[in-house]
Amino acid sequence: MSDVSVGMTEKQALGLAPEAPGGLATPRDYIALLKPRVMSLVIFTALVGLVRAPDHVHPVIAFTAILCIAVGAGAAGALNMWWDADIDRVMTRTQSRPIPSGRVTPQEALAFGLTLSAFSVVVLGLLVNVLAGALLAFTIFFYVVVYTMWLKRSTPQNIVIGGLSGALPPMVAWAAASGSISLESVILVAIIFFWTPPHFWALSLYRADDYARAGVPMLPVTAGPDETRRQILLYTLFLVPLAMSPTFLGEAGLVYGAVSGVMGLGMLMAAIKVYRLRTGEEATKAAKKMFGFSILYLFLLFATLLAEALIGRI
Amino acid sequence: MAQDVHDTVRKDTGTDAGAGKAPHAAPPGVTDGVVLTPEQVRRRRARSVAIASVLGFLVLLFYVVTIVKLGPGVVLNRPL
Repeated sequence: MSDVSVGMTEKQALGLAPEAPGGLATPRDYIALLKPRVMSLVIFTALVGLVRAPDHVHPVIAFTAILCIAVGAGAAGALNMWWDADIDRVMTRTQSRPIPSGRVTPQEALAFGLTLSAFSVVVLGLLVNVLAGALLAFTIFFYVVVYTMWLKRSTPQNIVIGGLSGALPPMVAWAAASGSISLESVILVAIIFFWTPPHFWALSLYRADDYARAGVPMLPVTAGPDETRRQILLYTLFLVPLAMSPTFLGEAGLVYGAVSGVMGLGMLMAAIKVYRLRTGEEATKAAKKMFGFSILYLFLLFATLLAEALIGRI
Repeated sequence: MAQDVHDTVRKDTGTDAGAGKAPHAAPPGVTDGVVLTPEQVRRRRARSVAIASVLGFLVLLFYVVTIVKLGPGVVLNRPL
């Protein structure tokens, strides 16, 4: 990372091209590179995986595992920002990020992301267990290479397939606690995996212009808003019973069954509203409401799973 | 890249220590190397403090994890 800068007049005198200044970043900019809001979801879902795993781990090892998963997710976010800096410059939602705003150079973000990726994987593998370290490495690879570098700019199925990387943290944490993978950890991953498309497509319905300007083939851009609304409804119809399945499979209690049923009904109603309202301000409002409700939905599902596991241990 | 430019400027203005002149003896109007603005100095300091804090935390974490992995029996009952 460069801590020095050279005045433009010197550069011009030497016949050098102007470059990003560098050395302007504060620690806050590096934290922003880690996508703290995404990281908070990763920490929360990983914590649920860790607590629900059958084996008990020492609190210090548990803390180390969650820390490594969080840092690994953040590192993937930094590498995503490095690769997508050109898109971020065009989209209003992302223009103020550290790289487009010029506070962090792409080289600095790349070095930061690679260092933290390697460090989080190695530390998790050495201090917790190798399976968890390998799963974290796969998660970072999938997000950066498969989603960011390949799928995001090439197919409207980008967030469907790429969503796997955002869904894996509970499984990584489960593996950290137990050293294995079980059916319940797969269900936790599946819930987040099938939640991701309706969540992001609701957002993309009212950000379609932004995505089109940046050349990102999100579903509303390539297939139109009506097809997106249909896909949101179909995925929600699959998601709601899937989210209730832990109770039917005996993995979760009746409280979870009730919460997932009531919240699932709300999710379904939001999806139907998005499907039916197709024009004007009402349509935008319905999509925004669905986006917000989907966050609450996932949070309550995992919070209930966490609460049941903690109460069960008392 | 910026450091390369820095070196080039120093060579061109003949202000290297090997040239027998003090670093501040550059001709008027020519910058002797890179001069950070007060804001850049402040931000570099903030970054340095953050890196030091993270390193200190990691030292503590590795120490505690090592103790936990060894187990209290090993640490407390070791021969003196």
